[in-house]
This record gives sequence, structure tokens and C-alpha cells, in this order.
Amino acid sequence: MTAATLRKRSRLSAYAPALVGLGTIVGFFLVMELLVQTGMVNRFIVPPPSEILGSFGRVIVEEHVFSRFVLTLTECLTAGVMLTVFGVAGGVLMHRFKLLQQACETWVAAMASAPIVLCYPLFLVIFGRSAWTIIMMGFVAALPPVILKTIEGISGTRKVLVNVGRSFNLTGSQQFWKILFPAALPTIFVGIRLGLIFALINIVGVEFLINFGGLGQLINDLAERYDLAGTYAAICFVILVSILFFMTLEKIERWLRPVD
Amino acid sequence: MSPPPSPGNAILTADHINVRFETAEGPVVAVDDVSFDVRQGEFLSVIGPSGCGKSTLFNVIGGLLSSHQGVVSVGGETINGPHKSIGMVFQEESTFPWRTVTDNVAFPLELIGMARAKRIERAQHFIGMVGLNGFENRYPGELSGGMRQRVSLARTLASEPKILLMDEPFAALDEQTRLLLGDKVLQIQQQLKQTTLLITHNITEAVQMSDRILVMTYRPGKVKRIVDIDLPRPRTSEIVGSEAFGRYVAQIWADLREEASRGMRDEESHALHTHGAAS
Repeated sequence: MTAATLRKRSRLSAYAPALVGLGTIVGFFLVMELLVQTGMVNRFIVPPPSEILGSFGRVIVEEHVFSRFVLTLTECLTAGVMLTVFGVAGGVLMHRFKLLQQACETWVAAMASAPIVLCYPLFLVIFGRSAWTIIMMGFVAALPPVILKTIEGISGTRKVLVNVGRSFNLTGSQQFWKILFPAALPTIFVGIRLGLIFALINIVGVEFLINFGGLGQLINDLAERYDLAGTYAAICFVILVSILFFMTLEKIERWLRPVD
Repeated sequence: MSPPPSPGNAILTADHINVRFETAEGPVVAVDDVSFDVRQGEFLSVIGPSGCGKSTLFNVIGGLLSSHQGVVSVGGETINGPHKSIGMVFQEESTFPWRTVTDNVAFPLELIGMARAKRIERAQHFIGMVGLNGFENRYPGELSGGMRQRVSLARTLASEPKILLMDEPFAALDEQTRLLLGDKVLQIQQQLKQTTLLITHNITEAVQMSDRILVMTYRPGKVKRIVDIDLPRPRTSEIVGSEAFGRYVAQIWADLREEASRGMRDEESHALHTHGAAS
């Protein structure tokens, strides 16, 4: 086998996951199209993908989707920054003060599975019918996984690395910034990813519930107008917000920790 | 042939070290009245069967364990914690996976606030010393186990310790790599005239590298004997084929065999007792 053939094969195998992923999505939509067009799936419940695709132009032009997209994106970004700052700091504090950890860890874990979205009337009373209600709902709901994963990451630092730090006589602060924090980063990022999922679900959910701004409100409007194709097109924009966040997060993680 | 370190110029002294642990099955004496010294420029190995308290002794001398009785002193100064004169190389893989080889080795220099350009230059010197030229910008995850241990060694050497303290640094490696890395350590030790204390359970490794070998008993860990290794220096792994080398190995194995058998019997009886109680 020649070197050129080997190079060609290696290039192909590098693109293979992306191609297979794209192929799966296209395949899924083709099957759905077939099922809807043949009447096996009710088109009044699931519109055919071709109709959804056709509705994009309408949703973009008539429903001001970009300004809504930017609003939801900004709410997610604000909640994301807040949950990273307060979640990581909370986790570090709980790891540092064992009594605090023993006292609160179970409550935080319980909070992670609680349907916090149901507290939206309380948040409406506190913050009013504004973007802050939505941001705070996203933030509070997303905080537990970041706290818990930060504790897990720091506690899981291999003892030998801590001992290396001790052997070099590191101060407490050096031990944290030079060893514990970088060692815990991959686990902390798992927490931030989970947190962002929780935040996005809650943000779009509360926009939907309180009918205020963003993509959630658009989905609500379109659903109430029974514009199913438009509703699914708007959901695609929510997915785009999620993709943007995860791509950015991956870049930040690679920048902070180039390899595992 | 370089002259052997002369007795009397001890740089590190361990005096009547006792370590006792409380366990669920009652107190265990891990180290029992161990005293020895390491001379300037000497290579001393501590050898013993598993469970003889070697690693406990490593932690006591490195200052990582404070719940002991007795005194450890460096150059006459009693130490009560990690000391800048002692550089430690651990048994487990201990490189920082988020740093490149250069940044790993430059770590102790970063701690003392050395300028980046200068510390990179110094780090490259030690990377060259352990034979890792060309791997400066690689991450530990891209290296083999033996190469990572060499990075750990270079990192410790970069702190320029008076005493290099190593706890079975090549235990996880295959025999051939271990012999070759032994050569590398010997070469560095001879080049830097580095006082070295090696904790090991490998007889070949101990005889290949040491000026003296301290043989420990199985639990409680006591000093059974100190053997002077009178083999010519500079040494390489080729020495393992010599008759004198074989005699030393046989002599140390004769001392260790009884202890290792005792350890094995103890473990078997412990397992029998534990599983018997469980069933």
C-alpha cells in the first residue's frame, strides 16, 4: 500500500465520525418524512421534515427569531457565567470546610433532582416578569451539578499529586491553584456541561411558562397558533443555542487543559 | 574508579524511628527502632519484603508522615516536615498530565520565581540528563510509563536536592526498561555525585546501584543487616552478569527469603481469617 493511499485513508477516517453523525440525522429525517407522507405518523402531531425546513424562512423573517435567539443566548450566557463562578466557588468552599460539606452535600444533591421550575411563581414575585426571573431560574436549577462535580473533582485528585506538592513545600494556595484545581478541571467541566443543560432547559421552559421574550415564548406562541412546522423550526434554534454553548465550552476546556 | 563515600560524613540520619498505626484489628508496628545514616554522595538502598514498612519509612524521611517517634535530620538539622534538601520521586506515576514535559520539569523552578526563559533553559538541561530530548513539548499522556518516571526524576533533580529519595520508582516497569533506567539513574548519580536513598524490593536493582544495602525484616520492620556492595564504579547494567554481582544477590536473597516467606505466611493466614470470618 502506498503512502498516498494511507494518507487518504487516514483523512477519511478523521472525517468518518462527523460524516456518520450527519448521515444518521439525514437518515432519521428521511425515515420521518416517509412515515408522515405514508400516513403512518399523524401529520397533525408531527409535521413532515420538509415542511419544517420550508418554515424556517417564515420563522426567521416574520417571528424575529434572531433577536429572540440572542435574548435566549444572553440569558444562558449570564446564567452560565454565574453558575460557573458560584458553583465552582461553592464546591471549593464545601471541599475546604468539611463541616459545611457534611452539612450541605445531601441537600445540594437533593436539589439537583428537585423540579425547581415549579418555583417560578416565587421567582416572579422576587424578580418581576423580567429576564432576571428566567436567568435566576436557570442559575438555581443548574447550580447543584456544578457544586457536586467540583467537590468530586477536587476530592478525586490523586494522592500522589498532592504528595508531590507537599514534597515541594507548596503553600495552601499554591497547592490549590497548581495541583488541585488543574487536576479537578475535567470533572468540573463535566459539572458545568450538566449545569448548562439544566440551565437551558429551565430558561426555555420559564420563557415558555411566563410568556416572556426569547425562543421559549416563540415556541409557546407558535404552538398556540397550532403552527407545528414553525414550532419545530423554533426548537431547532434552541438546539443551535445548545450546540454553540457546548462548542465554546469545549474550546475553553482545551485551552485550559490541552490534553487529559 | 571513584572513591567510595567515607564513613562519618553523614548527610542524613534516621535515629530510632518507630511508626505505629491503629487498625481495626489493633495496633500495628510498621517500623520498629530503625536507625541508619546516609553519607554524602552515597547510594543507599533500603530493601525488604512487601509490608516491611519501606514506604512508611520513605514517608517519614520525606516529611509526609509526622506520627512517628524518633528523629530524622539533614546535615544536623532535625526535620519535621518536607525539607527543601530532600527531593522525592514516588512509586506511582506522578507527572502533572496538564503540563508539558518542560513545564513539569520546570515546576520547582516556577515555585522559586525563576524567570520563564531561564527556567525553560534549566528544565531542558535536566530533560537532556534523563535522555528525553525531543519530547520537551509532549504531554505525559503521550509518553510511556518509563518516560513519565524519567520526567518525575528530572523534575525532582531540577529542584537540586541534596538528597534524592526514591520509592520504588521503576516498580511498575518491565525488567528490561528497569535495568536501562537503572543505568540512567546510576549515570546521573555519578555525574552529579548525588546522595541517593532508594526504597526497593528488587534485589537486582539494589545491588546494581548501591554502595550499601539496608535489609529490613518483615513486620515489624527492623534493620536486619547492612551490606556493603564492593563493586567497581562507574557501573552499568552489564554488571548483572558478573560473578561478584551474583554473590551479592544470593547473599541478600538469603537474608530476605526468610522474611518474604514470613510475609507470605502472614498474608495467607490473614486472608484465611478474614474470609473464614466472612463466611
